[in-house]
Parts: sequence; C-alpha cells; structure tokens
Amino acid sequence: MRHLLSTRDLERPEAIGLLDVAEDMAAVQEREVKKLPTLRGKTVVNLFFEDSTRTRISFEAAAKRLSADVINFSAKGSSVSKGESLKDTAQTLQAMGADGVVIRHHASGAPQTLATSGWIDAGVVNAGDGTHEHPTQALLDAFTLRRRLHGRASRGRGLDGTRVVIVGDILHSRVARSNVWLLTTLGAEVELVGPPTLMPVDTSAWPARIGYDLDAALDEVPDAVMMLRIQAERMHAAYFPNSREYARIWGLDDARFDRLPPTTMVMHPGPMNRGLEIAARAADSPQSTVREQVANGVSVRMAALYLLLSGERGES
Amino acid sequence: MAVRIVLQQADLDRALTRIAHEILESNRGADGLVLLGIPTRGVVLAERLAAIVGRIAATEIPSGALDVTMYRDDLGRNPVRAPQPTAVPEGGIDGKTVVLVDDVLYSGRTIRAAFDALADLGRARAVRLAVLVDRGHREFPIRADFVGKNLPSSARERINVRLAEIDGDDAVTIDGRDD
Repeated sequence: MRHLLSTRDLERPEAIGLLDVAEDMAAVQEREVKKLPTLRGKTVVNLFFEDSTRTRISFEAAAKRLSADVINFSAKGSSVSKGESLKDTAQTLQAMGADGVVIRHHASGAPQTLATSGWIDAGVVNAGDGTHEHPTQALLDAFTLRRRLHGRASRGRGLDGTRVVIVGDILHSRVARSNVWLLTTLGAEVELVGPPTLMPVDTSAWPARIGYDLDAALDEVPDAVMMLRIQAERMHAAYFPNSREYARIWGLDDARFDRLPPTTMVMHPGPMNRGLEIAARAADSPQSTVREQVANGVSVRMAALYLLLSGERGES
Repeated sequence: MAVRIVLQQADLDRALTRIAHEILESNRGADGLVLLGIPTRGVVLAERLAAIVGRIAATEIPSGALDVTMYRDDLGRNPVRAPQPTAVPEGGIDGKTVVLVDDVLYSGRTIRAAFDALADLGRARAVRLAVLVDRGHREFPIRADFVGKNLPSSARERINVRLAEIDGDDAVTIDGRDD
C-alpha cells in the first residue's frame, strides 16, 4: 500500500489484512510497554487544514507508538493563513524529509492531489477530505464491529451478513461514504436513513439501501446502528425545521433505544451531540461502542502507518 | 536443482526429544520455564517441545508465540511484511527462563529482533535459544544453546523446514542451487 486515500478502492483482502495488522497493534496497546520501534527515524506530518482534535491526537498517538517523529501542522496560525498554496506547503514538507503525511482538508480530493501531483514522495493518509472520504474512521468502525461480533476469532474474517444502519446527515458525511464502500466490500449490508434533505441527490451508484423512516429500519433489528453527528458548521441551509424535530424523527432517543435488543451495537464517530442525534442513555449503555471506537482508532491508524511506511518505498 | 532430505520425521522427533532433555538439564528441572516460538514454524516447534518437556517432567510447560516483525532491522529494505500474532502465556515472562524457539538459525538478525521484542514484554531471568537447524553464516555474535542439527550450508542453498501442522509432513530439506 502506497497511500490510503479512500476505502472505495480498497480490495477485500487488503482491507482484511489491514484489520488483522490492527489486531496486532491492539495487542501492543494492552502491554505495559505500548511502544514499538518499527518507524524509528521516520517523520510523520499531521497536516490539518480543518479543525480536529480527536482524529489528530489519534494519529499522533499512533505515530508515536510506532516511534515515528511527529510534526503537527495546523492551518490556523501557519503560512496557509497567509495564502500559501497546498503545493508550496507540500514542497516545504518534502524539503523537511517527511516520510508520511496525514492530511485533513476541507476540499474533497485534496489528499488525492497531494499523493498524485509529484510534489512529494511521502505516503499520504487521508484523514478526512471535505464531504468525500474518511477511510481510517470507516476502518476503525469495521474493526470495532468485527471485534464485537467475532472477538478473538476476528482475524482473517470479513463482516459477511452483518446489517448496519447509518443514520443522519448522509449528504455531508464522509464517514458515511467511507463506510458504505468499506462495509460493503467486507460483505455487510448497509442501509442509509435520514431526512430527504440530507440525502445526496443521486445515490444510485452506492451499494446501499436508502430509507427515510428510522423506526422502520430499526424494526428490522440491525446488528449495528451508526448515528452520525449533525454538523452544525455545515448546516447553512434549512435542512430541517429545528433540532427538536430532528431529534424526534431521526434521533436515537430513549424510546427507540429501548426497542433495540441488547445485541444491537450503537455506534457514533464522535463528537456526539447528546440529546440531538443520540440520547445520553444510548450513548452510555453497554451496547454503545463509542469509547471502543476511540481506542480502536489508534490501533487502526498504527496499522495504516505501518503498512504505508515500514516497507521500502516505491512499490505499488 | 537438487532437493536433499536432511532430517526425516523420526530424526526430527529424536532431535526435539534430545533438546527437551537438554533444556531440563540446563535449567535443573522445569521450574520457571517458558517456551516462546518465533512465527511461523517456531511456534509449532515450541508447542511440541513444551509437550515433550512437560511429559518428561510431568508438569505443564507454558508455550507461546513471539512475533518479531515490528522489531526487524531490515523492514525498510523489503516489501511490507504482515506481522503475526504474539501470544504470551499467562503469568508473563518476568523472572522466568525464556527459551526462544525457531526453526532455522542463520544470520542471527531474527534473534536480535527477538531480544528487543522480549524486553518490551518484561524482564526474563534468563533467555536461551533452541533451534532445529543451525546453518551458520552468522552476522551477529549470537549462538544457540540447543541445536537439533548443525547444517553447514552455502548461502546459495535453501533450507526448508516442513512441519505436519503447517505443511502436512515433517522433514528438513536442502535445495542445492547449481548455478
């Protein structure tokens, strides 16, 4: 693997291989010494053009636990706010000898540009680009699902026959897009549920069912319900009348949560808007995987950095 | 290219039984022994050795797996390797006598990596090394405490260890490259 830009172009064996490496990384997280010497001498740059705390610190922890040197670069207060282009930033990083670049950008496709433009030799990891993809989030969701379903027997397995409902703002969600591709590749069935105004106009090419009725979707007793965050920063138009109405129709409130059997997982990529898309009781229940998702995020990102940066560079 | 059989199943069994006795002798019994195999075939050998040692000493000998992939010094020179699981037996390795088990001892680089991997798991009282085949060509000051068979070989030759659990049968073969 040379770059990790999207889950859409991940082959099934490749995806399962990455999740298996993440199992090994997770085992390291349970030891007293949580650090591996694997990427000693390599430099990983966290290039964040968009605010993010959890994804950045997750990548930072992952790189540090593999003994890489980490440089954090956030657009705020940097030369980007003075008008520097992505190309110049990339060439600066190249001159500093970055081996890996973790990039989050508000423009869809920016990681692709960085990886294929020839500005930089480093391996590129997409940490979320616009409304396009967020591959490591989907990988950690798949990892979390696989671990809950199969436990210690997870290695080498996909998610065949697992039914996942993703609820909320599909239109703006790169998490939903990455999950649709990855979970389907791994054999799961995905249903997307949300207000029609927050559904993309054309989803005919997506390997997912589309629904608008959360209660109907929950009646089918899915294996997991993934609640997406209502992204207030992207709500520039009247997508729904008000947040109370959204919570009543598309939120996982106490009444809906009580109808779910204890085997249905409740997932959320965080940060959560408690009381809006997810009720506190659902978020704090044993069915909730929210904290596991955070812990697994470090393991999955370690696996991605290991696969991208440990071998000799240059092969595809 | 000629393939020659060096050890057959009976030879392999005898070698493991002898190593088991030697381990017990040098450790003065089975107290505090932990056998850790290096994937892939070392793990199988460690399990077999643990069973034999356990039978002789009439006790249970813990065995496990120690993956060294992420501690190798040649990661950047090869395509990416997939790591294998590490499984440390309950009770850990602190204060124990750890016997590392591998199929072939060659450059010694795997064992060097194993020392680093082991240090991250705890502090063993002593570390020993048991190998089925020692083929020479060391690049580090490392030697095995227990050797199944010394097999002086040319660097061009290829030693193949086949174990029933993985390959269907037990044998050690050598491929001579006549080029």
